[in-house]
Amino acid sequence: MKVAVVVFPGSNCDIDLYEALTSVCQAQAEYVSYQQDNLSGFDAVMLPGGFSYGDYLRCGAIACFSKIMPAIKAFAEAGKPVFGTCNGFQILTEAGLLPGALKRNDSLKFVCKTVGLKVENNQTIFTQLYQQAEQIKLPIAHADGSYYADQATLAELEANHQVVFRYVGENPNGSLHEIAGITNRRGNVLGMMPHPERAVEALLGNTDGLRLFKSLLTGNLKEAIN
Amino acid sequence: MVTEMTPEEIKIKKPYLNWGLSEKEYNYICQKLLKRLPNYTETGLFAVMWSEHCSYKMSKALLRKFPSQGVRVLQGPGEGAGILDIGDNQAVVFKAESHNHPSAVEPYQGAATGVGGIIRDIFSMGARPIALLDSLHFGEINRPRIKYLINEVVAGIGDYGNCMGIPTVGGEITFDSCYAGNPLVNAMCVGLMDQNDMQKGRAQGIGNAVIYVGAKTGRDGIHGATFASADFADERETQRSAVQVGDPFMEKLLMEACLELTHQHQDWLVGIQDMGAAGLVSSSCEMASKAQSGMELQLDLVPQREPNMSAYEIMLSESQERMLLCVKTGFEEEVKQLFKDYGLEAVVIGRVTSGHQYILWQHGQKVTDIPVSSLTEDVLEEQVPEKQPQRIQTAQEPITWLAQFDVEHVFYQMLQQPTIASKKMFTQTYDSQVRTNTVVGPGSDAAVLRIRRTKKGLAMTTDGNGRLVYLDPEVGGKLAVLEAAANLVASGAEPLGITDCLNYGDPHDPEIYWELHHSIKGMAAACRALKIPVISGNVSLYNENNHQAIYPTPMVGMVGLIQNLQPRATIALKNAGDQVYLIGTTKDDYAGSELQKLLTGSISGKLQDFDLASVTALLKKMLTAVQRGLTNSVHDLSEGGLAVAAAESAFATQFGLRLEVDLSDQQLFSETPGRFLVTVPAEKTAGFTDLLGSNAQLVGQVTAQKTLELKTLTGCYQLDLLQAEKLWEEAIPCLMKSKD
Repeated sequence: MKVAVVVFPGSNCDIDLYEALTSVCQAQAEYVSYQQDNLSGFDAVMLPGGFSYGDYLRCGAIACFSKIMPAIKAFAEAGKPVFGTCNGFQILTEAGLLPGALKRNDSLKFVCKTVGLKVENNQTIFTQLYQQAEQIKLPIAHADGSYYADQATLAELEANHQVVFRYVGENPNGSLHEIAGITNRRGNVLGMMPHPERAVEALLGNTDGLRLFKSLLTGNLKEAIN
Repeated sequence: MVTEMTPEEIKIKKPYLNWGLSEKEYNYICQKLLKRLPNYTETGLFAVMWSEHCSYKMSKALLRKFPSQGVRVLQGPGEGAGILDIGDNQAVVFKAESHNHPSAVEPYQGAATGVGGIIRDIFSMGARPIALLDSLHFGEINRPRIKYLINEVVAGIGDYGNCMGIPTVGGEITFDSCYAGNPLVNAMCVGLMDQNDMQKGRAQGIGNAVIYVGAKTGRDGIHGATFASADFADERETQRSAVQVGDPFMEKLLMEACLELTHQHQDWLVGIQDMGAAGLVSSSCEMASKAQSGMELQLDLVPQREPNMSAYEIMLSESQERMLLCVKTGFEEEVKQLFKDYGLEAVVIGRVTSGHQYILWQHGQKVTDIPVSSLTEDVLEEQVPEKQPQRIQTAQEPITWLAQFDVEHVFYQMLQQPTIASKKMFTQTYDSQVRTNTVVGPGSDAAVLRIRRTKKGLAMTTDGNGRLVYLDPEVGGKLAVLEAAANLVASGAEPLGITDCLNYGDPHDPEIYWELHHSIKGMAAACRALKIPVISGNVSLYNENNHQAIYPTPMVGMVGLIQNLQPRATIALKNAGDQVYLIGTTKDDYAGSELQKLLTGSISGKLQDFDLASVTALLKKMLTAVQRGLTNSVHDLSEGGLAVAAAESAFATQFGLRLEVDLSDQQLFSETPGRFLVTVPAEKTAGFTDLLGSNAQLVGQVTAQKTLELKTLTGCYQLDLLQAEKLWEEAIPCLMKSKD
């Protein structure tokens, strides 16, 4: 499996994703510039965290018009895996690949800390190695992570088991339904505010994010998708 | 456009006095250096380049006392940042810089651009910035203005570093009323590089291009350097235009472009330098001066944000996110294309010339024609009279309390002192993990980062205790260096080098100059004893508000090398049953302590000197113990002494401590330097005590209860650690939210 790590101007967790995939998981990965327009040869696409275009205007609002985006949309429509963390999640919602929006945190401040999460759906290509309802810990680092969607969308997300990760214990940003990560209806696009790529090495104190990458890299996902 | 004064009018009206140039200096420039009257632009260039901030004219003689040599030193003071060899053809690069005056006037932008500036210093050397630290000193949290300054400074630091994707991993925040009108904001950046990528800020090779890259030049920050070299008074509000405005997204692009240039196209590049204090003039004339070149610049080519900027304004602007390059003839187009790919403008604005003149053209007129060295090398060093302050002459003997006090009450109160209390409220607004190298983040003795694809790690810390330096500059200076070294040793790192920010009041006050002199003397003595060179730094004088100076506050930024990362070398207790040792001797050291501040509301007394040689030997042994993996936790004892260190070691763990010490009640809070609280697993105690010998005293065990049991010579105490941790964590949020 070969993974594209997309680099937008202002991305800064690109190296974290790349190293998690290559030096930790021994997978093949390549940086792909926002100025490229095709993703042929790749089996999965990852959108990193950071501050694309300085978060100016609105987080992800400018990046979603990049030259690479039509290729990412086509990739998603073909049912191939697309993953976005933090700013990557914000870009996916701005691009309409995931429903809802990420608003400013309730505290109005950037927050960097480790939070508790519950795996709400382990029947996805990204979470198949977690237990259903398992509690894990992952770092967050964002100022705009408060998930919002209208009631109908929220009801649909819940009914279709699209809520994959939910905050437990403390809701760090005011997300509705404590939502930390969601997939699209088909289950091949995952966006989440927490940073699994920061939790893949014991040396750095946490390995709870490792199985997300391993889930994807192991493949064998056909039965998992609705 | 405003009509500029003629050279004759300048001579008569003396506008340079307001720009910080003295009459003596002006006359020297006219009579000895130029042998004519300088015009308006030239006078402005002299004023800014001869400011203390750029020239170190008053501190230079003192700074020479610092050792700056060592086997690992690849680049000492004089470039953007110092560089040290860490083996495997790698090098660590670091520097700290103050942004005190801008932060007092416009705290958000002042702090943000302080961070931006220090990052540029690091990548201009060819290094990838990997970590930021901040040493912040504010007034007591008791007024809306102070809370505003704190919130805005913290937000400015966080927003800039977070957006750049450089983790803010450590630093310190202290509070004392002397910083109320003049907070200290010192930012430090650490970078990592391959030694082959080392760059210098040099412009040489006749005909080579001088290229301007990055943001356009505006009218912001004009006279920032001279502004930093003058006293503050209440009219400071009118100096707001001297504060720059930052754009971290622009800097992120600039950093990536410059790193691509320095790492992949060294054959194009001659030199690179940040446009920091005194903007275009300082970067260009320093680049020419270091290479003994001449330089000619066409100011009409400088990208400008505003119309009708004068030569004076263009040269003195401190607009942010700009770099100056010297590029070999023939590679100009390649460089322009590289920057264009990042959406950045690169413009050839001049050439390196033969001879040694610094020549500026604007609108077809030659607006400046002066020797390069007149701006850089010929600055008159200023002899300043000095005098020992009265308070030090009359300082009493060391303070000892005989009065009984309530240990339990003092313990809980102490943990709520803002300087000791948890800073999590602030540090968790910084991304401390981005780039996924942070092994130990904010809140420990030192931050630790791993170096990918090696077993090595880098430990880093900033330390400065103005109270102690105020009471005795020489002993206080030694203590600042010792404290930083002890923090690194506790993390298992060998201290490699120092960067400093020397924050003082108006040096024309003989007592303040004496403080500067004697604290440098103390710091230099400690550097020599510990064999740690000072490789970069800055001096920030005139830290006064309405003629009230801050405590003399030298900030020591220190970086150490860990050969084999030991993930267990943190302050946190790890295992019930571990043996607890107190390392070092405890005396009655209360002058300038948190205990004195808490009990009396002020600080006074005489500091006890200490023997550098024996402390150095102790640090060496401690380092060996940590490196051999004999310890499960190590915590350097500092503010609040043993009692506070014991509590901090237990916080955020499931453990407690049972300690029995042959100390008095008050000695639980004594701040004698050169001490550690160490826990050792039972099977390693023999090895540990063999190594430390009489320096180690067994004082108790780690327990599975959240209690700190303390038995002293005079009493027995059971302290609730859960309650203590709650008080410690909530103290600052509570003060920040209170209404007054």
